[in-house]
Parts: sequence; structure tokens; C-alpha cells
Amino acid sequence: MAPSASDDFIKGLWRDNPVFVQVLGMCPVLAVSNSALNALTMGLATSFVLCLSSLLVASLRAFIPAEVRIACYVLIIASFVTVVDYLIQAISLELHAALGAFISLIVVNCLILARAEAFASRNTPLRALLDALGMGLGFTFALLCLGAVREILGMGSLFGIALFGEAFQPWVVMILPGGGFFTLAAWLLLITGLKRRRARPQGA
Amino acid sequence: MNDPSLASIFINASLVNNFVLAYFLGICPFLGVSGRLSTATRMGGAVSFVMLISSLCAYAIHAVLDALGTPYLQLLAFVVVIASTVQLVEMLIRKFNPALFRALGIFLPLITTNCAILAVALFQTNRAYGLLQCLVFALGAGAGFTLALVLMAGIREKLELAELPDLAEGTAISLIVAGILSLAFMGFAGMST
Repeated sequence: MAPSASDDFIKGLWRDNPVFVQVLGMCPVLAVSNSALNALTMGLATSFVLCLSSLLVASLRAFIPAEVRIACYVLIIASFVTVVDYLIQAISLELHAALGAFISLIVVNCLILARAEAFASRNTPLRALLDALGMGLGFTFALLCLGAVREILGMGSLFGIALFGEAFQPWVVMILPGGGFFTLAAWLLLITGLKRRRARPQGA
Repeated sequence: MNDPSLASIFINASLVNNFVLAYFLGICPFLGVSGRLSTATRMGGAVSFVMLISSLCAYAIHAVLDALGTPYLQLLAFVVVIASTVQLVEMLIRKFNPALFRALGIFLPLITTNCAILAVALFQTNRAYGLLQCLVFALGAGAGFTLALVLMAGIREKLELAELPDLAEGTAISLIVAGILSLAFMGFAGMST
């Protein structure tokens, strides 16, 4: 069963979603998902690095010696992360301050290294790019899911726009670190539950 | 506040802003290696050690890059230094303590992609710590990481005997436990000055 080009793209969105299914790259997912805007920025920045580094790794895969491949991947990723870091700083200082060291920490996001090692290093640049796009979008989607829930419950707003009236009492816990763990756990439970429900009629 | 005392840096890094439970750094090993108490302790020790050495190296690198006026190389240099430190530690342990080397196994090389270590290097540079402050900060971060890992491993060993709903097994229950731990650590917030 040869996977088609569209499959390379689509699998990252849901079936192999990097956060909900593969549970990769947890640190930024939990740390910067306290508001929808932070989550979106982080997702886009990570996707950008993921796409470019996958493309470069796939293009250079014939020249990278197997013994030092991880070091090469890390260097490629670190260069693109530096670019993104300066880009975000140029676009919005405020956003840069909110995300803090977590932009630099994209370097050690296991998702990017995992895609470089498991997919980009054995496929053509085009397929690697499609795969990275899918994974990046899936990652951004998951981040948004968490960020939106935490912002709505924790601050009563979405993308900074207040949703409820004055009477709303925000759940401060959702903005705190503990809320990140709880929200992700809730999403995982929901998704496992949905999968079980769908699998049951076919299995019986 | 401009020049925090060493004790406050240590307490801040280990308890108040615990790397795992407040900053979400090093979640991968936190969820992956916390199944058994014994491996958790060893992993904590290895990570703390690498943190200490790479913190020293990062301090030196920052000074050199500052002198050269090339701050954009900082991230690249840090990553390379951490990767080589891990390699060095691996060789040293293999030479002087083969038994420990076997016990740590795959966890040693994996330390390279532990974001907590890169974060120590980045935070100390951002906050412009001096050499002694860097050392204490790295020690505190390592102690905090080990503490969180050991607490989690202890709870998960008990959890194995508990009856869980089918859905919650695996990652979900670990995340819920981590959330409760994190709430408990919020109690230390009063200690920061």
C-alpha cells in the first residue's frame, strides 16, 4: 500500500496528530497554551521551522553521513529557530516577551527532530514538505484547542475579546500551570472516548 | 531584587518555579521515565550533572560571544555544547563506572533533547547571572527536576495497584496526577521574595 502524496499531508492533521496521538512536543504545548494568541503564534513558529528543516534535511539526505546525522539535524533546526526568534521580535516585541525562552526552545521540540529522523531523512523533499505541513498544522490545531479552552475558562475571553459579561468569575486555575495539565488530560480523554465509540460497532 | 541572594535563587529554581511543574520543561522524560522509582532517581542525577556542566560552559560561551559581538550564534553554540557535554558525560561514566552506565542505558543520549537543560542555559543568560549564581541556579534546577521526577514515580508505582477507569489509563492519568502535583507546588509561591 503505497501512501499517496495527499496522505502524507492529511495524516498529521488527525490520524497521527503529533500532540493528541503521538504525544510529542509536550513542553511548548503546555507552557504557552495559556491564551489562544500565544498558542497560535507558537504553532505557526513551530510549523515554519518544521517545514523548512524537513525540506532541507530531505534535500541534503544524500550528503549527511549517518554517524553525525542527529548533530546535523540539530544544527539545521537551530539555524531556523534563530531566524524565527528574530522574526517574531521584529513583528511584535510584546508577543516575543510573552513567549520568552520558549521560542528558542523550539530547538529541542522532539516533534521536529522526530519528523527529520523518521520521515524527512528517507523521503523526497516534496513529500517531506507535505508531511511537515500536515504535522505543523496538526500541532497548531492541537495548541489552539488547548489555548482556546484555557483562555475562555481562565480569562473569559478569546483572542483578547471578552466573551462573557462582567458577572463572569474566571477560573484562575486554568491559566496556572496545573490547568495546562488538566486541559490536555481532558482532551486526551475526550479523543480516546470518541475513538472507542467509533471502533465499537465495527468490532462487534 | 537586582542581585538576588544565592539561597533565593536555589529555592526559586527548585521549588517556587519548579522546572517541570511550573515551567513545563523536560515533560518528555518526566512522563516517560517516571514509571519506576529507581530509574527516576538515576535519571534525575544524570540530568542534574549535565545541567551543572552545561551551565558552566554556557556561561563561558556567553562571555566569548559577547566579546565577539555575535549574539545570533548563541543558540547554535548552546546546542552544540549540550550535545557534546552529554557525549562527554557518557564516555566518562562508561570509563569510570560501567555499572552505572548500563543502568542508565538509553536515557543518557536522550538527555540531549531534554529542554530543561537548554532552558537553564537560556534563562541564566537572559537574567545575566554571575558565575556563582549560574552554578547555584543549575543545582537548584537539577534538584527540582529530580524532586518532581521522584514524586511522580512514587505516585505512579502506587497507581499501578489502583483501579482506573478504562479510558484514563496511560498518559491521561499521568497528566492529571502532574496537574495535582503542580497545584501543590503553587503553595511554594509564597516563599518567593
